[in-house]
Amino acid sequence: MATWIFYILGAVAVVATAMAVTRRNPVHSVIYLVNSFFALAMIFYLLGAPLVAAWEVIIYAGAIMVLFLFIIMMLELSPGEEADRQGPGALQWLPVLLLGAALLTCTLLLLQLDPAAGQAVPNWYASPRDFGYVLFHEYALAVEIVSFQLLFAAVGAFYVGRAASREKQPGGQQ
Amino acid sequence: MISVYHYLILSAIIFSIGTFGVLTRKNAIVIFMCIELMLNSVNLTFIALSRHLQNMDGQIFVFFVMAVAAAEAAVGLALMIAFYRNRESIDTDDFNMLKW
Repeated sequence: MATWIFYILGAVAVVATAMAVTRRNPVHSVIYLVNSFFALAMIFYLLGAPLVAAWEVIIYAGAIMVLFLFIIMMLELSPGEEADRQGPGALQWLPVLLLGAALLTCTLLLLQLDPAAGQAVPNWYASPRDFGYVLFHEYALAVEIVSFQLLFAAVGAFYVGRAASREKQPGGQQ
Repeated sequence: MISVYHYLILSAIIFSIGTFGVLTRKNAIVIFMCIELMLNSVNLTFIALSRHLQNMDGQIFVFFVMAVAAAEAAVGLALMIAFYRNRESIDTDDFNMLKW
């Protein structure tokens, strides 16, 4: 059973990725990429990494992709918005619908695998408790460094975003 | 039964598609998304090998990769906005200020 789920998820991931790379409209790319990330998250779960699977959905599909979508919408990058004012055609939303249905089926199949029989739980299973123990004992310094890096990235993003807007006001006087 | 090679091959396919996207697309934001995709395929390799070797370190590294990807997305998108303010475009063909 797990073998079939892996093959379905792998096919969904590859198809969604290929569609994401070839779409002309960046918003469509984002939608396909979210599908691809969901498939990868479920593969992570199959590999016995439930915490990483949850992060894949929360951080990648949730936070980063919404950030991309926000920027694309803000910069108005979607081409031909006037062309499909009457809404996307069936050829555009049908592949996403099929991929989403396949992902939903896989989720239900994963839930249906009996946890008591040990089918759903892989033989190598990293529980969040084990993960946290290793992370904060052996890699405590690395966690600190990564947190500093996130702080620097935030400062850098603020600076780059702010420098351009400040340039305009004194720029007129120069 | 699925061996570790299946996961590695899937990861390689996704990485190749991401590389293809980086090399062929003109839209800088789509290129950026392809880079995220490549990072994700590397995550898949890490987790597959983590399970294969029965070792937790691969998953820890996925955590760090995700942190780096989040930081990269924040800084990169800020750069995109700065470029868009200057050039009114994020087409990579317009990024030629450093080109002779």
